[in-house]
Amino acid sequence: MSETESLDSEQPSADLSRRRLLLGTTSVVGAVGVAAAAWPFLASLRPSARARIIGAPVEVFIGNLEPGQLARVQWRGQTIGIMRRTERMLQQLPELNPRLRDPESAVADQQPDYARNLHRSIRPEILVLNVHCTHLGCVPQVIPEIGAQPFDSDWRGGFFCPCHRSTFDLAGRVYSGVPAVRNLLVPPHSFVGDDHVIIGVDPEGAS
Amino acid sequence: MTYRNLLCGLALLLGSGLVMAAGKYGNLDQSGSNVFDRASLQRGAALFANYCMGCHSVQFMRYQRLTEDLGLSEEEVLEFLTFGDQELSDYMKSAMRYEDGEAWFGKAPPDLSLTARSRSPDWIYTFLRSYYLTDGGWNNTVLENPAMPHVMWDLQGVQRAITETREVNGEMRTEIVSLEMDQGGMLSPAEYDAVVRDIVAFMEYVAEPAILVRERVGIWVMLFLALFTFLSYLLYQEFWKDVKK
Amino acid sequence: MAKPASALAKGIDSVNTWVNERAAVGEFYKKHLSEYYAPKNFNLWYFFGSLSLLVLVNQLLTGIFLTMHYKPDAEHAFASVEFIMRDVEWGWLIRYMHSTGASLFFVVVYLHMFRALMYGSYQKPRELVWILGVTIYLVLMAESFMGYVLPWGQMSYWGAQVIISLFGAVPYVGEALVEWIRGDYFVADATLNRFFALHVVALPLVLVGLVVLHLAALHEVGSNNPDGVEIKANKDENGRPLDGIPFHPYYTVKDIFGAAFFLLIAAFIIFFWPEFGGYFLKPDNFVQANPLVTPDHIPPVWYFTPFYAILQAVPDKLMGVILMGAAVMILYLVPWLDRSPVRSIRYRSWMSKFALALFVVAFVRLGMLGLSQDSSTLELRLWTFIYFGFFILMPIWTSFEKTKPVPERVTS
Repeated sequence: MSETESLDSEQPSADLSRRRLLLGTTSVVGAVGVAAAAWPFLASLRPSARARIIGAPVEVFIGNLEPGQLARVQWRGQTIGIMRRTERMLQQLPELNPRLRDPESAVADQQPDYARNLHRSIRPEILVLNVHCTHLGCVPQVIPEIGAQPFDSDWRGGFFCPCHRSTFDLAGRVYSGVPAVRNLLVPPHSFVGDDHVIIGVDPEGAS
Repeated sequence: MTYRNLLCGLALLLGSGLVMAAGKYGNLDQSGSNVFDRASLQRGAALFANYCMGCHSVQFMRYQRLTEDLGLSEEEVLEFLTFGDQELSDYMKSAMRYEDGEAWFGKAPPDLSLTARSRSPDWIYTFLRSYYLTDGGWNNTVLENPAMPHVMWDLQGVQRAITETREVNGEMRTEIVSLEMDQGGMLSPAEYDAVVRDIVAFMEYVAEPAILVRERVGIWVMLFLALFTFLSYLLYQEFWKDVKK
Repeated sequence: MAKPASALAKGIDSVNTWVNERAAVGEFYKKHLSEYYAPKNFNLWYFFGSLSLLVLVNQLLTGIFLTMHYKPDAEHAFASVEFIMRDVEWGWLIRYMHSTGASLFFVVVYLHMFRALMYGSYQKPRELVWILGVTIYLVLMAESFMGYVLPWGQMSYWGAQVIISLFGAVPYVGEALVEWIRGDYFVADATLNRFFALHVVALPLVLVGLVVLHLAALHEVGSNNPDGVEIKANKDENGRPLDGIPFHPYYTVKDIFGAAFFLLIAAFIIFFWPEFGGYFLKPDNFVQANPLVTPDHIPPVWYFTPFYAILQAVPDKLMGVILMGAAVMILYLVPWLDRSPVRSIRYRSWMSKFALALFVVAFVRLGMLGLSQDSSTLELRLWTFIYFGFFILMPIWTSFEKTKPVPERVTS
């Protein structure tokens, strides 16, 4: 709809400036109204109160988690792996650095700041990881044993995604030369006492 | 012109139609409840949990929402409103199982999520004030032979019915003309009415939690539309100068 | 003006040309807006056509968003509506816009139809416009009935039960037909599921198609007006009707004002009175459907009650259904029942005015009687006779009444 056309239609009006002003004001107010009316519709597509309740933080008991064992829990439809790593597993993390794409976890949104360290966790031994592959979302297998594997002759233990053969180490860091380009995500989590971890809640003081 | 008169007639007809549809349940007392009175809602929530939720559920309502809408703390809700090991994220479900309700009362106590909308607040208000004791047990002038006993009789006291026998269309009929307090309760009648009013307000709220935000938003929408109507009227008048010349 | 602006204008120009060489958007704009000449004497009654369109758009838009959260399943339908009312952000607003819109749709459509009756807008050459309009009304009734079933409350359920049972009146195949419509031996999940499909996909498509045809037919013959004068009879040297003004901008600004005022009223209902005293949202429909408990009283929604009253007036199921159907179908005949040489009621005698007034009173009164449980059969029949009498006797009084001279040009 062109403004000029409607302005000088038929007989030219004596008071064009008033017309132009009214047209502008009404258009702006109308546009504000349309935008405001669009808001409820767009907002209605966000997770509902029910989805938010279902997606509430999950508390997991880890007191009986054996060294080297991976427990899986569901949080917001994602499989979260919790692993108690052994001393040996932790020791070899720095050795793997040359074979990894992003050993220092440089991409910030892969993990909360409090897990942005070598072992990618709050407590060095407890790894909390969203185990969905960052390539296309499959759930990788965990293969903690060291030794030759069909996909890697020098396997140092870690995660292997059967979908497209991406591999990650035991801190969820991605190897170079695989389809995935980002490290596995560390979800927000925190500890309550020694034996409970809450998935979905940052530690106090951390944002 | 005839069609002007016709319009007036139409308006009259419509008006009388609206009035006609009013009294669905006959004479009900005005509840006077105020769903926007937060203190009343808080008292109503506590009373409701105490007196109603032993049997009745509010299946569409989560406890959590009470913390958001009624200004109650999570601790308060957990301590005063929930049962057993219920959590904030749970729906307000009664502790009573459906089958037990059926067995004990002959009919499972209905869910009260939407009662304020299906029956009206005035109905609930009048109902809760209209129990009377007969030799056969509790009865109610609003809902005859209710499956539900008078759970708040200790508050209200015991009323009895005053009847009168009249001739109606050549038939003798005994009708209840009023209820009389036989044995006072813990509260005065005015205090009891206030208690019921709080419960009604809470039930209005759970029937439509959005009501709290609905009317608040509505005022702004109306103001905005009034402004836009005014502007579009000016615009219309401005353009139509061409036509009316 | 600086260079960039003219470059921009040039760019827009070339896009315009590109598009118009492939699809005649400009032609369309001219034909239906900027060079569609509408009579300049439209009054209040001429708002209701564009308002119907506005409500249709509202129903489509809110409907799409409700569909994203609603579950067409007898087990979950009722709860999913409460889910929309409570758990979906702004879900209550979208639902009230839809439920209020449904009733307001009929308000504006009834007023729009009354306008047509009053000013003879169905007369030659606008018979097809009228026929398409009546068809829209018919489809709208089916659409709203099926939509009313979806919340799966007591009124949804028992309303569906009653209305579907009407088809049982058909001789020989009635019972089989009813079973076929329900898809089960009672109103059940299958019924809800197919009504959902029809309500959200099939009928809206039909409705939008009919509206397009209705407007196309109107713009072919041109709009009538309160004087019933054919404005195309008086044109200037450029072939523009002397009493016509371009729809855009004159009627667009006027209709925007009308729409704004209408929205003000609609917003009041949506935000402050969504049940509208039980007329738009019935109290009983806040109780989940229960096949074992029949409500004391099952009146249809207000916009169906006049026809429901006609059904009640007849002491025979088949005859009642036939008469109820006839009450709607007879509208199709109006262009041929009206024998008057003039269109507008302004230039007709007291007979036409009285007849139309009586008809409106009959329609409204029947609507009120249809809502009530204990209407007197005598009164029901009286108004039913008047309702049909209006149509059946129309050829007689319109042939005999003495009309006033119609002016050459429209009066302002």
